[in-house]
Amino acid sequence: MRLLVNGEEREVDVEDDMPLLWVLRDELGLKGTKYGCGIAQCGACTVHMDGVAVRSCQVAAASAEGADVVTIEGLGSPDALHAVQEAWVEHQVAQCGYCQSGQIMQAASLLETNPEPTDDDIDIVMGGNLCRCGTYPRIRAAVKTAATKLQEA
Amino acid sequence: MGRLRTIGRRTFLIGSTAILGGVAFGTFMAARPHANPLAAGLADGEAAFNPFVKLTSDGITLIVPHADIGQGVQSSQAVLIAEELDIEVDQATLSFGEPSPAYYNTAFAEEGVPFMSFDDSAVAETMRDVAGGVLKLIGIQGTGGSTSMPDQYEKLRMAGAVARETIKAAASARTGVPVAQLKTANGAVELPDGTKIAYADLAADAAEIAPVTKVALRDPANWAKIGKPMMRTDTYAKSTGTQDFGIDIAMDGMVHASVRVNPRKGGPVNSFDATAAETMRGVKSIVPVKNGVAVVADNTWRAIEAVNAIEVDWGPAPYPAEMDGHWDEVASSFTADRLDQEWRADGDVDAALDGAEVIAVENRAPYVAHQPLEPLNATVLVTDDGVTVWSGHQMPRFVQQQVAGIAGVEADQVTFINQFSGGSFGHRLEFEHIKQATEVAVTMPGTPVKLTYSREEDFVQDFPRQIAMSRAQGVVANGQVQALSLDIASPSVMNSQMGRIGQSVPGPDMQIVAGAWNMPYDIPDLRVRGYRVPELGPVSSWRSVGASHAGFFAENTLDELIRTAGADPMEERLRLVNHPVHRTVLETVAEMSDWGTDLGPNRGRGLALVESFGVPVAEVIDVSMTDYGIKIDKVYVVADVGRVIDPVNFENQVQGGVIWALGHAINSEITYADGMAEQTNYHAAEGMRIYQTPEIIVRGLENAAKIRGIGEPPVPPAAAALASAIFDLTGERLREMPFNKFVDFV
Repeated sequence: MRLLVNGEEREVDVEDDMPLLWVLRDELGLKGTKYGCGIAQCGACTVHMDGVAVRSCQVAAASAEGADVVTIEGLGSPDALHAVQEAWVEHQVAQCGYCQSGQIMQAASLLETNPEPTDDDIDIVMGGNLCRCGTYPRIRAAVKTAATKLQEA
Repeated sequence: MGRLRTIGRRTFLIGSTAILGGVAFGTFMAARPHANPLAAGLADGEAAFNPFVKLTSDGITLIVPHADIGQGVQSSQAVLIAEELDIEVDQATLSFGEPSPAYYNTAFAEEGVPFMSFDDSAVAETMRDVAGGVLKLIGIQGTGGSTSMPDQYEKLRMAGAVARETIKAAASARTGVPVAQLKTANGAVELPDGTKIAYADLAADAAEIAPVTKVALRDPANWAKIGKPMMRTDTYAKSTGTQDFGIDIAMDGMVHASVRVNPRKGGPVNSFDATAAETMRGVKSIVPVKNGVAVVADNTWRAIEAVNAIEVDWGPAPYPAEMDGHWDEVASSFTADRLDQEWRADGDVDAALDGAEVIAVENRAPYVAHQPLEPLNATVLVTDDGVTVWSGHQMPRFVQQQVAGIAGVEADQVTFINQFSGGSFGHRLEFEHIKQATEVAVTMPGTPVKLTYSREEDFVQDFPRQIAMSRAQGVVANGQVQALSLDIASPSVMNSQMGRIGQSVPGPDMQIVAGAWNMPYDIPDLRVRGYRVPELGPVSSWRSVGASHAGFFAENTLDELIRTAGADPMEERLRLVNHPVHRTVLETVAEMSDWGTDLGPNRGRGLALVESFGVPVAEVIDVSMTDYGIKIDKVYVVADVGRVIDPVNFENQVQGGVIWALGHAINSEITYADGMAEQTNYHAAEGMRIYQTPEIIVRGLENAAKIRGIGEPPVPPAAAALASAIFDLTGERLREMPFNKFVDFV
């Protein structure tokens, strides 16, 4: 099947029901998207499909056909950071960093639909993204900084 | 010194630390340096001044030998070298190095000798030196116990200073300018005329001379980097998805494996039927492993799907199948024959309890899983020359030994390449996943095998935090705590953990009472005893280890006595506290939280103070009652670590430790039914989420005499401070975790 990932058409030969997560990681080599739980409890595998944050462990490969899939690699790069990534760097959010691709993708999606989120908005939307290291105070602060950056941009 | 009288004589032979040899070798052997592991790989014109600094014409490599499990140790250790070497951290390549006894960790000894952390008597210091000498002698290279900073604080600065002075000597030899007239900055030697020579350009010269060893460390007042906010070296990679972890290893020809092992941990496989799995797409082979079975496939998901399709008849568990059996064993362990050690005996507790109105209190702590977000994984390649292992692990040399045993090679034929870990919390002290990956890899020499656990397998195979219980009797009078007898029973986590790799841990286990026996209070009559429960299910070190249960027991019990006495929790602790460093920690958190102000209706406030890993940490927690349950509003934390290396990372670690402790205290436990863990994914044991997270206000103090680590010490006080706050709010004393069995949280 053909998938559109980070603006590129990619041909993959996989089962219809292989989760998009594993297509990205093991078939396309896009390893920034992480496997955490496999059942949409942790958010580590969050990517954008047509601009909406989804848990790629719950998206069957076949249902991603025709969608515009963006992963952390497509959001920004170390040389060209997305505003959310800039904020993540400024606040030094990461500890182990394993959940942060998913956190960043979720936060970018939040700010796309809600440019000025309240504390409660942030807590609700980011509530599905688990961080075992406990970087939540910095995530809150970084989302607000990113919101400001995007407003000013 | 006053504390010495209370310490049993047999505990002089090291307690719970993983000491594998005797103490009779003396200081001669311990003083001899281990061979420099960097020396073997040097080409002409390359210099390795010590095991930590290598210089070539291409640049500088710094070895930071501790595992980075999210605590940022690679950055905070590199800055210690960089401070003396006069380079910016980002001018160097950082490496975990190879496993070597040269990277011994002597700071483990601090937790292994039965002296108060602030006891600087000759006897205490001698015992620490002896224990540290043993650890150096046997070359224990390990990450854990918040030891990375105490272990490396001097060693790495000295390594940087030696390298700097040797490079200067080389520059002097080349230019004829006396060393005293040379300056160093930004990775270059500067001559009096302003000419700069990059260190890399001096590599060949430096390689020709013996390292300068007579160097002095700089005065901390002149530091440019240590103690200042720094940018962690992994921040960019971890903000862009470009940080590779062990699970991201990829190489040509690599196959993907997954495994299922008897969920009745340690139990055998009676039989299995892999017929369905064999024909599934991508499956290459089915490999029996110890107590389980693995599938090798061409994709991780296919391997997991296939291994889950195998029908297995599992044998029984070597421990009680149901939780009642576990708790019954713990509860029946408060007996003379299971007394592990009497650790504290101030005054005469029996006399104080005799005839008094005794308050009896029982507290419980459950099994809890580690479950860092990166599932356990290991990549193993077996060739004719030996074995190569890629994985994130806290004990590299034990990895070599375990792999060598399975592959039938010598330990020095095992190359271990440590990886950044997506969290650990003690989980990556275990070896099962690496052993299983090796069992699979030996069946297919020449092919790299990456084995990845499913989250469900990770949960059911997790060797959790030890189960524990305390029984206390106390006496209060005249608004004061007068006497406390605290007995704590748990299985020995050290014995369970080290036993799995064939090592025995002699003597009593201090972790049964860690954070309790050393409570920094002068209660007139105080006794703390540890009771050893025979091993039940396998258990393993969980962030803060013994203090995670014993610190909770000590402070929750004391708080109950204080409140029963009608005293103020802060005032009474300040009356009892027996050391100026700890007193200042309490006074500081009182000032930060404005202790004593009226919080208004539907609010509660609690306090706890626990010292663990040498760090006194006080936490004040504010809670409120809402329509949706109890909300944790604010946490004030004060910790004294002697020296804060990086205030940014310090705050992050403390906040994370508090969140770790509170989340699990609220909602997490592992329970067994039919011998199997009932919790198989995060929905059943999730820890804290962002919407439950309080505001956490942190202050680090530097009054203590020695530098300490901060990964673990914020954990032990949190559950007790929360229970104290909930009592203040509701009048109900919670004596068992997780608390959501008794009250609702937002």
